[in-house]
Amino acid sequence: MADPLLQIEGLSKRFGGVVAADAITLDIPAGEFHAVIGPNGAGKTTLIGLLAGEIAPQEGTVRFDGSDITGLPVHRRSMLGIARSFQITSLFPDFTALDNVALAVQAHCGHSFRFWRDARHDEELRKPARAAIERVGLVQCAGVRVDRLSHGEHRQLEIAIALAAKPRLLLLDEPMAGMGPEESAQMVRILRQLKGNITILLIEHDMETVFALADRITVLVYGRIIACGHPAAVRADPAVRQAYLGEKHGGGHG
Amino acid sequence: MTAPLDTSLDSALKAAPESWLAPRTVVTGMLLTVLALVPAYAGLTGRIFVMIFFTRVLIQALGAVSLNLIMGYGGMVSFGHAAYLGIGGYAVGILAKEGIASGFVQWPVAIAVSALFALGVGALSLRTRGVYFIMITLAFAQMIYYVTIGLDRYGGDDGLTIYRRSQFGGLIDLENKMLFYYLCFALLIAAVYLVARLINSRFGLAIRGARSNDRRMLAIGYPTFRYKLVCFVIAGALCGLAGALLANHTNFISPALMHWTRSGDLIVMVVLGGLGSLFGPVIGAATFLLLEEGLSRLTEYPDLILGPVLLLVAVYVNGGIEGLLEGRRRG
Amino acid sequence: MLYFIEQCLNGVQLGMLLFLLAAGLTLVFGIMDLVNLAHGSLYMLGAYFAATFAAWTGSFVVGVVLALVASLAAGMALEVVAIRRLYGRNHLDHVLGTFGLLLFFNELVRLIWGPAGMSLPLPPQMLAAVQIIPGVYYPVYRLVIILATLAVALLLYVAVMRTRLGMLIRAGASNREMVGALGVNIKLLYTLVFGLGAALAGFAGAMQAPILTVQIGMGENILILAFVVIVIGGIGSIRGAFVAAIIVGLIDTIGRAFLPDMLHLVLSTNAAHTLGPALSSMSIYMLMAAILVFRPEGLFPAASR
Repeated sequence: MADPLLQIEGLSKRFGGVVAADAITLDIPAGEFHAVIGPNGAGKTTLIGLLAGEIAPQEGTVRFDGSDITGLPVHRRSMLGIARSFQITSLFPDFTALDNVALAVQAHCGHSFRFWRDARHDEELRKPARAAIERVGLVQCAGVRVDRLSHGEHRQLEIAIALAAKPRLLLLDEPMAGMGPEESAQMVRILRQLKGNITILLIEHDMETVFALADRITVLVYGRIIACGHPAAVRADPAVRQAYLGEKHGGGHG
Repeated sequence: MTAPLDTSLDSALKAAPESWLAPRTVVTGMLLTVLALVPAYAGLTGRIFVMIFFTRVLIQALGAVSLNLIMGYGGMVSFGHAAYLGIGGYAVGILAKEGIASGFVQWPVAIAVSALFALGVGALSLRTRGVYFIMITLAFAQMIYYVTIGLDRYGGDDGLTIYRRSQFGGLIDLENKMLFYYLCFALLIAAVYLVARLINSRFGLAIRGARSNDRRMLAIGYPTFRYKLVCFVIAGALCGLAGALLANHTNFISPALMHWTRSGDLIVMVVLGGLGSLFGPVIGAATFLLLEEGLSRLTEYPDLILGPVLLLVAVYVNGGIEGLLEGRRRG
Repeated sequence: MLYFIEQCLNGVQLGMLLFLLAAGLTLVFGIMDLVNLAHGSLYMLGAYFAATFAAWTGSFVVGVVLALVASLAAGMALEVVAIRRLYGRNHLDHVLGTFGLLLFFNELVRLIWGPAGMSLPLPPQMLAAVQIIPGVYYPVYRLVIILATLAVALLLYVAVMRTRLGMLIRAGASNREMVGALGVNIKLLYTLVFGLGAALAGFAGAMQAPILTVQIGMGENILILAFVVIVIGGIGSIRGAFVAAIIVGLIDTIGRAFLPDMLHLVLSTNAAHTLGPALSSMSIYMLMAAILVFRPEGLFPAASR
């Protein structure tokens, strides 16, 4: 019986007086599509930051594929196969869309201490980049500078960059943020294709998408997991209902 | 669209004025032609000082090209780059004084010591960014400035005269001003070509990516510190070569060469010519030195004009390009 | 030992001076996010003002006071005319623009006062040395500097912590937009803050004038030390600037005084003689390097922006 791909144990993080992560413990088996939901300020982005390596926890450990990665810096985790998309688009605005993805491919093609040959005509980099661009449906934007693309195209590019390195674990932070209905549908199609092929941790507010795609859902409130399980179970969980619907229902201490 | 300039940040950067591309190419072409013809002009008219002046332009341009590599393409604003001019120069001067006149020894030493210093300073300074980085590079340059002032044996504050230029056996006689001019010209062109290849290579894209969005570069797996450090070292080494040339040119080296205002001059040259463009630093160096020379002939107080000019450039001209890239905040 | 105490006091005095400069720099940076290379020029102007006014009025104290006022005025004028056009720009533009101002002021001073430099003689009472502990004589004037600067530091602390203006300054440092949204006249606030920084720098220059020659370019060297202080103390933090300034002042003074002798113990006379003066000036940079390795954000980093 294989270990879960991602094992989070007792992960805690405080910022001054604010508890952003409170002893989070969670196992995610390989291939699972796992969604994390919760009201605003619940600490979801902090969780991604902790898993990606940008934020150092005060307590707890993170294990990836059996190894303890708690102390590993961001770029090392990427090399292990953990990719992440950003809630607020974080791209290379002065490069073309294709360049953006090619940079991600390049990172995983050995070291970059190559000083002479033109990297933009290097098929080893361009071919996988074009493939990733096609996968998210951005072919017509490939040669366009990123700061000229629309918000929806930015969000798609975010995913393409994360996918370019052929990761084993994908951390998606609200990929559909700010998208219109058509773009959202496109994004759902992409996510559906990825499901099962890659292990995914998805943070999203769009409940329809979450309940349609997720194998399991974790609910985070004030940094603490209040529920974790299959979508149907989570939907029925009284603690979850109270967290989302407030004291109006149930009253008292729930 | 012209091939070499197209792949540089240059054409990508000029958002509004795509039309800048044509004038820029024209200006570059004209400048290079002028530079190539200077010795002929000097020889014909007997105005040797013109050749001497432009030799200095070539050497400073080499320094500016090296600074542009880290500043324009790498986004690392180093306010201590003149230190490498000094280190390269002192390598030549000190070796010459100790009896080692061979350029085959002096110049590699100049480059190597500069690279080492850049390695040390870079390893420490690149742990910071933004304003801290600027201040720290400034401080380290000033440190080496004070160290050289304290070196009494090599002239200290008064400087060190270099009686014989670097000897290269029968290969080339640097005492011949025209040969020296063309050597500097050739080295400058070679440096620009080197930078051109560098910035489009995997290494160059990594550097430019780090400038564009360091956080994302880390997230996709680049150990950006490593690449920035190597870039910093390359720039330092290149500027060390410029220092060796400068020492030969003036037959003299002094700590004043490393004063932080000289580092400021280099930054001005890069910015004037256009950050992150291949020939920009050459244009900038020529413009700045011509401006400086012209103003000092015009008035006894040239900085009264030069100072405000720099301020105006900062406010109206290049802020636009940098600001465009980094999302300028309106205060 | 007595020599050591004297050097320590000199170190503290230098530290106080650096604090005045660093406080102004860090205030301006913390609130307006502006790197000001011309800060040293304001220090230089303060010294020239003091020397000039003292010569006109015949009184040292009046000269210094007038210099303070003139520096405040000059700072505010500079802010309105030039500095405010740089707000919101990236730091490279600040560097370029204020570098231009630095060159301009050096030339302006040369135009108005000539290239020779000036001196500011002290009134006779301050020329004496006073016995502060048995056996240790210390110049009165240097004590005056230390005490005066401490007084200014205290005033600054009170002003920033307890007055309405100070509250605005602190608020502006952590959230510029909010303060603006509250209806405060941001423009005026910035002008006042910059003027305050200029006054501090000018005061430092005026106080230092009798000890060093008043000359063109005197601001540059001390400015770099002030930068080192800010890096060590943490940008935006006045408390950090105070602590770091004392540390830097002490280390630099003691380094210069004792390092050459210490080197003589380990190296040959020739080597020590050659390296001594060179290395002694390096001590603060080595400190800065150490801070960068172990605590790159400084000793007392202010709230990050």
